[in-house]
Amino acid sequence: MVTINFDNELRRAGATSTHGWRRYTFLARRHVLGTVGLVIMTAFVLTALFADLICRYDPLTVDSAHALLRPSAQHWMGTDSFGRDVWARIVHGARISLAVGIGSTALGGIIGVIVGLTSGYLSGWVDLVFQRVTDILQALPLLVLALVMTAALGPSLPNVIIAIAIPLVPVVSRVIRANTLALREQPFVEAAKSIGMSETRIALRHVLPNTLAPLIVLATAQLGSTILTEASLSFLGLGIPEPYPSWGRMLSESAAEYVRTAPWLVIFPGIAISLAVFGTNLFGDALRDILDPRQRG
Amino acid sequence: MFGYIVRRLGLMLVTLFGISVVIFFLLRIVPGNIVDILFDAAGFVDPADKANLERELGIDQPLVFQYLHWINGLLHGDLGYSYVSEKPALQEILPRIPITARLAAFALLFSASIGIPLGVLSAVKQGSKLDYALRVVSLSGLSLPSFWLGLLILMAGVAMFGSIPIFNPNPQTLGEMFSTYCLPSLAVAFRSSALTMRITRSSMLEVLRQDYIRTARAKGASESSVNFHHALKNAILPVITVIGIEAAFLIGGLIVTETVFNVPGIARFLVEAIRWRDYPIVQNLVMLIAVVVVSANFIVDMLYAVFDPRIRYTD
Repeated sequence: MVTINFDNELRRAGATSTHGWRRYTFLARRHVLGTVGLVIMTAFVLTALFADLICRYDPLTVDSAHALLRPSAQHWMGTDSFGRDVWARIVHGARISLAVGIGSTALGGIIGVIVGLTSGYLSGWVDLVFQRVTDILQALPLLVLALVMTAALGPSLPNVIIAIAIPLVPVVSRVIRANTLALREQPFVEAAKSIGMSETRIALRHVLPNTLAPLIVLATAQLGSTILTEASLSFLGLGIPEPYPSWGRMLSESAAEYVRTAPWLVIFPGIAISLAVFGTNLFGDALRDILDPRQRG
Repeated sequence: MFGYIVRRLGLMLVTLFGISVVIFFLLRIVPGNIVDILFDAAGFVDPADKANLERELGIDQPLVFQYLHWINGLLHGDLGYSYVSEKPALQEILPRIPITARLAAFALLFSASIGIPLGVLSAVKQGSKLDYALRVVSLSGLSLPSFWLGLLILMAGVAMFGSIPIFNPNPQTLGEMFSTYCLPSLAVAFRSSALTMRITRSSMLEVLRQDYIRTARAKGASESSVNFHHALKNAILPVITVIGIEAAFLIGGLIVTETVFNVPGIARFLVEAIRWRDYPIVQNLVMLIAVVVVSANFIVDMLYAVFDPRIRYTD
């Protein structure tokens, strides 16, 4: 079980004051890499929110007269084979990555929590069935399962979110189940039972809040991999359909022919994906160090 | 031990059966089958022709019947026919296995030979600038999409040799061997070596805190003896698990890498078959992948008992 007392943690780490913004500056100094990650993530979110204000070109407007232009003052990152501005497409692509990243992590997280909590709390045959289903889902690599799911559901934004969320369910439910099993034996659960609280209420009010720390750590760690999976699916032509500017789609198979003739079409979308994932990974690592001291390396 | 193995094998069969059901029915909730695609492409539909073709391919039968037919075939070594090439699926899949297996073997080799030493180094120098730098590099390994890394390698190839390496099924020279197998596997290995390094580092740190390490130091053992003889030997177990499971999960990275490098292995074949709704190929390939993953898990668990005498599976 993981219970956190932030103030104690901070004092133990040598913080002189644990009040107000000082605790944040202390954490930022202690976790430089995590802070860098947080800055990248914030930039990523702001880009997605204010995409329309950031660039002057429309990401979908085709302009064949200006196809495959090199990066210039007019088009910072050049244009693609349809004459669309690459910078505009990358900025708007942040929306898709963010939507898929947050959407599928949240969906997979919620289903995973429900499954894990029920499984761990009820035990018996419910647990047995959920465990077998988890085994089945975990016997396939994430990308393979997501590929088959998108093939089955058809390419669209909501379907891609579902296809990436389902493989996350077993990852989340395993952790929540293990936590629930440990929490069930705790004296405070026994106390709640003895005063006549209903099982559902105990599960939701006492067990669930205590599994939040590992859940947050896990969700942040998965955010990067969901963004990567969306990019891979779109790269393979089975993710977000044209004309939406998905970073993976921008690098799709035809990218191999532009390696020679238009390298800017290959370099910039790749940097965008890597930076976004790198930021979430850095932040996720720091968050794990802070919230889950047992795993501290 | 024997009872444990039997139980594990039983669970493996249950899992594989579950996967076969999930995959089979998942693929068939897709609106539109191969016949629709073919007729859409032709632009003209004669319902009688369509029904004929559906009967010929056996997709006019009830789904449960089709499923039983597939499983029965599987058990007798008959995987059905590819809808696209009309050749037996087995003939299509078998020759592609060694190609992907070779890529995966190279990738694992790179991953272990780069990841383990760097992980040890990072742990031994914990908190130093080197440790910091290695951690950033390993995290970037987990962040770069392997298809992009592949494209960058192609780009470097163009810059250095003026051409894109072309897949050669029978490499004659060492150079051809390198561009055929090593380059694509490097693109995959970067990620998995980063993973290996992180696991090695945290496992080493865990072991280096133990009392017996202090004892070894106290009796005057040299730094390298402590690190490699006492620590790494005990820290390697979780690393073996990760490498073993990675071996099966590499297929995820190989799917995009084989596509980038145009390698005709099973990973790229899976993507093509999905696009063509070539069910017999897709379901058999997914089953193959599942068998590999499930067996890898089993082998890793058994190796645990072999490498660590403290672990004994009881019935």
